[in-house]
Amino acid sequence: MLTFLALASVVLLGIVPEQTQAIVIYTGWERHALLGSDVRVSCFFFSWRWTSEDVTFSWTYRPDGSRDSISIFHYTGGMAYVDNMSPFRDRVEFVGNPGRRDGSILIKNLDYADNGTFTCDAKNPPDIVGRPSSVRLLVFEKVPIQAGVITGAIIGVVLGLLVLIVVIYYLMRFLVARRVFSLSVSKHGKKKKEGSQQRQWHPPPSSSPLLLLLSLPR
Amino acid sequence: MLLLLLGIVLLHVAGLVLLFVSTIVSFWRTVNTGNADFWVNSTGPNGGYPCVRASAGEWIQAVQALMILSIIFSCLSLFLFFCQLFTLQKGGRFFLTGTFQILASLFVMSGAIIYTVMSPTWGKDTDVFGYSYILAWVAFPLALISGLIYVILRKRE
Repeated sequence: MLTFLALASVVLLGIVPEQTQAIVIYTGWERHALLGSDVRVSCFFFSWRWTSEDVTFSWTYRPDGSRDSISIFHYTGGMAYVDNMSPFRDRVEFVGNPGRRDGSILIKNLDYADNGTFTCDAKNPPDIVGRPSSVRLLVFEKVPIQAGVITGAIIGVVLGLLVLIVVIYYLMRFLVARRVFSLSVSKHGKKKKEGSQQRQWHPPPSSSPLLLLLSLPR
Repeated sequence: MLLLLLGIVLLHVAGLVLLFVSTIVSFWRTVNTGNADFWVNSTGPNGGYPCVRASAGEWIQAVQALMILSIIFSCLSLFLFFCQLFTLQKGGRFFLTGTFQILASLFVMSGAIIYTVMSPTWGKDTDVFGYSYILAWVAFPLALISGLIYVILRKRE
């Protein structure tokens, strides 16, 4: 029985990956960059196969508002090729490491015309089925605040103030109670309130909670 | 009376639900190619990215924060109402609950006002306000009225 299970698992492991192998490509979602600076557009892939020597990376670019993609960079057989007619002809450099499954490129001296979508397609023969992944480049004169920083800050400050007020309130009450407790024995107004508050989780003796009556003041 | 209690809780929960829907569903502004709100811009040419994260500056993050805070405060006030229902002395008022609920309504109002004032600079002038925006404005008076009722309500045995 055990040997049958072992054989079956080996066979399954051998068969199933053959059919579900696909290369998975990771790029960022968006890149923000300053005008005139250099930006590294990263592209990593994951493949069930070992990285072969014929691994290829292919970058295409689609400007914002346009429907056509142009091919700007291709890496194959250990050599990087840049199109001499593309707008990036002398501004793109390969900074990736195919051995580490990294196909990133560096784009230098950004301009507003570089706003657009960069698509990375990596192939690792025989693993050639995969979906290219895209990253959007946004060029700013001044890099805006990251999404969510101000949101988090406002929420944090308000909730922090709330917690602070609650803590201060209970601290004051505790201090006052201690001073009262040390001065007199019992039958003090504040002490009675403390006593009734300490019983807060017991229902009132006269009626069940559902029959508590509420009324508007006349 | 039980009926009064139920009515008050229902009002509170209705306001809370409106707040949730308004914050989560993306229909603050309808554009002819899609819709947009303060989380995401789901507008775009056919074949392009359908939804892109809204990156319209600092004001939109303030709107996000205010809407989330209003939801938090409204939930807190509901929780406090049930706490105070069982712990308040006879003749006491639900001040804490009412305060939180009124604060929540103020946050919704601020968020909706900021969105109204700044939205022409984010989208085109032909944009129409969607239903989530209207829900936010409806949730504001509901929360305010509910908060005021809590403040003037007196617990009677």
